[in-house]
Amino acid sequence: MDLSTNYLGFQLPHPLMPGAAPMAGNLDIVKRLEDAGAAAIVMHSLFEEQITMEETNMIHQMEVGSEAYAESLSYFPKPNEYHLGPEEYLELIGHIKKTVSIPVIASLNGVTSSGWVNYAKKIQQAGADALELNVYYLATDPLETCSAVEGRAIEVLQGVKHAVKLPVAIKLSPFYTALTHFGRELDQAGVDGIVIFNRFYQPDIDIEKLTPLPTLALSTSAELRLRLRWLAVLSGRIKASLAVSGGVHTAVDAIKAVMCGAHAVQMVSALLQNGPEYLKVVLDGMKSWLEDHEYNSLKEMQGCMNLQKSANPAAFERANYMKILQGWRS
Amino acid sequence: MARTLTMDGNEAAASSAYRINEVIAIYPITPSSPMGEFSDEWAAKGMKNIWGTVPQVSELQSEGGASGAVHGALQAGALTTTFTASQGLLLMIPNMYKIAGELTAFAMHVSARTVATHALSIFGDHSDVMACRQTGFAMLASGSIQEVHDFACIAHSVTLASRIPFLHFFDGFRTSHEVAKIEILSDDNLRAMMSDDQIKAHRERALTPDHPVLRGTAQNPDAFFQGREAINQFYTACPGHVQATFDAFAKIAGRQYKLFDYVGHPQAERVIVVMGSGAETVHELVDHMVAKGEKIGMVKVRLYRPFVIKDFIAALPKTTTAIAVLDRTKEPGAIGEPLYLDIIAALREAKDQGISTFTKDPIVVGGRFGLSSKEFTSAMAKAVYDNLSSSQPRNHFTVGIIDDVTHLSLPWDPEFHTEPSDVIRGVFFGLGADGTVGANKNSIKIIGEETPNYAQGYFVYDSKKAGTITISHLRFGPRPIRSTYLVTKANFVACHQYVFLDKYDVLSYAVPGGVFLLNAQFEPDKIWDELPREVQQQILDKKLQFYVIDAYDVAKRTGMGGRINTIMQTCFFAISGVLPREEAIEKIKETIRKTYGKKGDAVVQKNYQAVDATLASLYRVKVPEKITAKRSMPPIVSDKAPEFVKNVTAVMQANKGDTLPVSAFPIDGTWPTGTTKWEKRNIALEIPVWDPAICLQCNKCALVCPHATIRPKIYEAAQLNGAPATFKSTDFKSAELKGYKFTVQVAPEDCTGCTLCVVVCPGKDKKNPAHKAINMAPQTLLRETERANYDFFLNIPEFDRTKLKLDVKGAMFLQPLFEYSGACAGCGETPYVKLLTQLFGDRSLIANATGCSSIYGGNLPNTPYAQNRDGRGPAWSNSLFEDNAEFGFGFRLAVDKHAEQACELLAMLSSSIGGELVEALLKADQTEEAGINAQRERVALLKKKLASLKTPEARRLEILADYLVKKSIWIVGGDGWAYDIGYGGLDHVLAMGRNVNVLVLDTEVYSNTGGQQSKATPIGAVAKFAMGGKAIPKKDLGMLAMAYRSVYVARVAFGAKDAQTVKAFQEADSYPGTSIIIAYSHCIAHGYDLAQGCEQQRLAVESGSWPLFRYDPRLAAVGENPLKLDCGAPKVELEKYIYNETRFRMLQTMDPERAKMLLKTAQEETTKRFQYYEQLASLKNQT
Repeated sequence: MDLSTNYLGFQLPHPLMPGAAPMAGNLDIVKRLEDAGAAAIVMHSLFEEQITMEETNMIHQMEVGSEAYAESLSYFPKPNEYHLGPEEYLELIGHIKKTVSIPVIASLNGVTSSGWVNYAKKIQQAGADALELNVYYLATDPLETCSAVEGRAIEVLQGVKHAVKLPVAIKLSPFYTALTHFGRELDQAGVDGIVIFNRFYQPDIDIEKLTPLPTLALSTSAELRLRLRWLAVLSGRIKASLAVSGGVHTAVDAIKAVMCGAHAVQMVSALLQNGPEYLKVVLDGMKSWLEDHEYNSLKEMQGCMNLQKSANPAAFERANYMKILQGWRS
Repeated sequence: MARTLTMDGNEAAASSAYRINEVIAIYPITPSSPMGEFSDEWAAKGMKNIWGTVPQVSELQSEGGASGAVHGALQAGALTTTFTASQGLLLMIPNMYKIAGELTAFAMHVSARTVATHALSIFGDHSDVMACRQTGFAMLASGSIQEVHDFACIAHSVTLASRIPFLHFFDGFRTSHEVAKIEILSDDNLRAMMSDDQIKAHRERALTPDHPVLRGTAQNPDAFFQGREAINQFYTACPGHVQATFDAFAKIAGRQYKLFDYVGHPQAERVIVVMGSGAETVHELVDHMVAKGEKIGMVKVRLYRPFVIKDFIAALPKTTTAIAVLDRTKEPGAIGEPLYLDIIAALREAKDQGISTFTKDPIVVGGRFGLSSKEFTSAMAKAVYDNLSSSQPRNHFTVGIIDDVTHLSLPWDPEFHTEPSDVIRGVFFGLGADGTVGANKNSIKIIGEETPNYAQGYFVYDSKKAGTITISHLRFGPRPIRSTYLVTKANFVACHQYVFLDKYDVLSYAVPGGVFLLNAQFEPDKIWDELPREVQQQILDKKLQFYVIDAYDVAKRTGMGGRINTIMQTCFFAISGVLPREEAIEKIKETIRKTYGKKGDAVVQKNYQAVDATLASLYRVKVPEKITAKRSMPPIVSDKAPEFVKNVTAVMQANKGDTLPVSAFPIDGTWPTGTTKWEKRNIALEIPVWDPAICLQCNKCALVCPHATIRPKIYEAAQLNGAPATFKSTDFKSAELKGYKFTVQVAPEDCTGCTLCVVVCPGKDKKNPAHKAINMAPQTLLRETERANYDFFLNIPEFDRTKLKLDVKGAMFLQPLFEYSGACAGCGETPYVKLLTQLFGDRSLIANATGCSSIYGGNLPNTPYAQNRDGRGPAWSNSLFEDNAEFGFGFRLAVDKHAEQACELLAMLSSSIGGELVEALLKADQTEEAGINAQRERVALLKKKLASLKTPEARRLEILADYLVKKSIWIVGGDGWAYDIGYGGLDHVLAMGRNVNVLVLDTEVYSNTGGQQSKATPIGAVAKFAMGGKAIPKKDLGMLAMAYRSVYVARVAFGAKDAQTVKAFQEADSYPGTSIIIAYSHCIAHGYDLAQGCEQQRLAVESGSWPLFRYDPRLAAVGENPLKLDCGAPKVELEKYIYNETRFRMLQTMDPERAKMLLKTAQEETTKRFQYYEQLASLKNQT
């Protein structure tokens, strides 16, 4: 069965790959993922903010209290070498490249425009095959407009595209008012792929202590539907390739995503729950399904369920929406 | 041309010594610690000595240990050195005798520091090195940073030639910490000074089983004396070797020294003889006066031991008629100080030997100067010459102080000065936290290393650790700078903190026409009206050029936080014109790149932005012609303060202690307690504000407060009469004390703003959880009202301590008798000390080991140990670092003896006093507060009865009667003391079974001397001397103490389980034998925001890193397991705890692989140890 797909310009044997997660920090797991057949490795994000904070904090903590009291003019030795910058991440790219032969997609979350560009360059130098821009951003400022939020992402994309030769994907959150328009703009700005969607860190709250409660819940297949819908909306309308991230747990989930237009299918929670080898289970499941349903190749079904197949997609969507609501009433 | 660099004396010494040695064994002690730290750092970075190998650097458990290791390394043939000072040097003396007696080639470097007498002092004089005259060491004195660098090399060279060990010394702080531009000896220079043949000979004398010999015999009357005399020829030859080495050095480095260097008029009549940094000042004066035609001169003593009469006489002009010998030490009871006596004897011997060349025997007088870094200025040196001009020069004088008791001091003219006009002199007032000193060190580097100018910097620090003031004294000029005294006539005065204008006479340093730069938050056209009258007056009188910048605004805009160092440095260069402005800015940026480049680009960029934003915010103020001030500088202390505080303490607080005469001071180092309350420091930008509506009344805020500046009180409602309008009060939530009122009050002017109380506060507004029962608010807006509230609060009587249940909540109603100390904001030690004083302060004697706790406990001007309304409170003393357990043990011996005698006398006088009272006194149950109180009442009654008795026994009992009330003896110190230097003594005291309580304030590192590893340092933590992360787990002091089975042992962490802490203190006090409490103390040396200190304590416990337990031998006596674990099994991974702290995280950034490896070991060790504790705690049948 030909499951091959093209994602970010890479001809891949199939669309399945791990999504951005700390799994990539462990070379054993990376190797096991390749052995399970992963088409590519997507690394966890390099966070500019974290590096800057760590840097500033470390220097602050080493300086605080120094040169203030005659007996203790400093509290820490002064080593020559620090690795507060992105070195650890960059080195990891090199290690992963040496460990596997599949494409390695690094991920970056920047803050400043110079940070995005500089780190992107470093990631390219470190040997990554592609770059996923993680534009995770919570728009909490009431004075910030949606066009400003979108404009910044486009600027970042243009800056990075200008600075590196790597294929560049952008991973979006679902919270854009006019996602289709935004996708088109990204497409025009030269994005090579759009990954939908980022799963937001969503803290719970502790009602006894009245504090936010940091929690990390794994995804479920239920989260897939939001992604299917937007894959279907974007599919066929933009040149860039599409990837799904969030909610793919089974072969059926993966097939749905591909039918809605995904060129790549990223999995994290399912692999965390079931181990890297689970990727092969999903892959085998896809193969069997396609065989059972007498498809000749994955490409045959890719995008078959996108909204372009509908004459008036907006109306189609709205009609569905009303039908569902009315269904609830009755 | 040799390479020039700017560095301080310690680095100059270490730079030479490191490169020509193989083994370095040290122990940290101020002011010598940086020499060892530099060596350790260089070794850790793989820096090689001149023979291409990295020296072995080892930290020992004490200087005694370091000298033993040195002795051993020497015996085994290594080129070896050490660095020390003061008490440390004294601990080395036994080995010094051995090393010298065995003719061992060795040199050590000593930043000479005051030996503790009536008080400890970290500052410089020669009392320590003078205590080594008798050891047989040769003694070489250097007086400038260049000389330190040179002599460090020369000492190691000449000891190989002479086989006499050398003690090379220079003045602590004045030289060890002065930064100056020097010529650096290259490796080639050093190699040329180290003879291969002599090194070979040194090696050949080593102990080796391949050519075995035996040293260290015991000798008897038939042999010892002759053997001792057999050494003589080496001492005779030694000075020749020294001069030959000086000469060889001159050929290599171009600087010629002599055993005695003469400076001055060739026909001088009046001559000063002096050693150390004071010689530089005298040199400066001599140059100045000789140019004016004065016939004066001076002799710098280079080689003090062996003292060579011939060379000394040769150094003096024949015309000399009067000699003043200056000693930087004091030997009470001696005919004179040591150098003076040496000179007298030398002149007499010279005369007897016929080598005296003087036309007439000169008059010789001796005087003391500069004890504990007391200023020694050219004006004071001139006073010494003036004394020699008088018909009857005063002998045994002092100079630099006003002695109005024995009238020995020479008067001097403070206006006299010798500083050339082409030297730029700057004084900078900053906060420790604002980075002023660091910026000034950078400025010195820029000017010293990038221009032909010479540069000098000396930095004066605070006696406190929170909100510290720093004063930087900088000089730049075209010639080497010999002014080894503070700048008093500055042409540039910078005040980096506006609030200092109300505390210090900043502009007294400014010369007429000078520049005054002020950081203040006011607009240039508003600032004038905001200045106190005294400041305006001086600006007008001295016609100062006045500049202002709002540096905190620039810092905020550029993301620099509270660090205004770069901004103020840019202002200095922009105004002073030392360098062209553009060039200066480029150099500043280069320094920033060098300082932070390797660590992080973000910080570099922020600093660049700060530099660029500075110039646009710097304004010259148009100074009006008249004074417009509406206010004057406030008084230093309140009018209500006791006379002593007003007359002595306040003067010291105002930075004018130098002006106090001898008569002002206690004669024996005894000071009144409870005086910190008179120093209102106002260092917090924000202070806690209490919201009674939300408060749960748990009192945790008071427990965690390091400075006793947030206090709860319960009182009857009637006490609220006359309360200020803003005084807050609420009903006390208690079934037993219905109708009582409750207040939590902040001491607004004493709080350091650490926020520990806010973080620990569990009370949250249910409608708005961001609002707690305690919230921070700007101090300036609250200062006046809260001051009145706090005064009112203090005047409400304390609640009757006999009626309190002494759990966490109840204990916090006890008055703290340790308040407003100089500890760091957020200190993790002081809450324990404060708790101790709350529970037992009114009946405790505290022996305090040297360290942080002795500094915040007893560093003048003020004393934080306080007294209650009855005048009772902790009696506190510090003996040494190493002997504290024994010191406190001595307290117990005395107190027990007093009590025993009191009991004996009671029995003897029973019939006169009355059997019933005697019986009650002798059998009093003092286990509870009520019992203690009852006994105090009985003692008062006893004293009344005794007053009417006329027998000698009654008089003796009167003196001893108070000892019938039980006393609590506390032995307090840090881990450096308990785990390392004092462990031998501590172990002995633990084994003695006497009723003393040991409190170990365990910060897991030497905090006071700046972060050196101790045996309490945990595995994986980075510290000085453990730069690669400590590889060995922390010593388990608790387990060692438990091994005696007779010692009460507790391991506590108030941030994790405060109730257990309070219980442990009470049990330790009540246990009739020896107790030890090992208390987790978060510390600035751990490297995180100390506001999170309690959270880190919790994580330390929950990760198993700091298991809580109590071991009470009383339980074993009743068949129970004496060990009770007070925490559950570890439930948090160790890394969740440790990687919140820089001390651990540093290793991750330096060497991630090693960090991982050590973390793994640490996690395993933690788990195993906890399992071991669990097993012990679950054992049955302990009887």
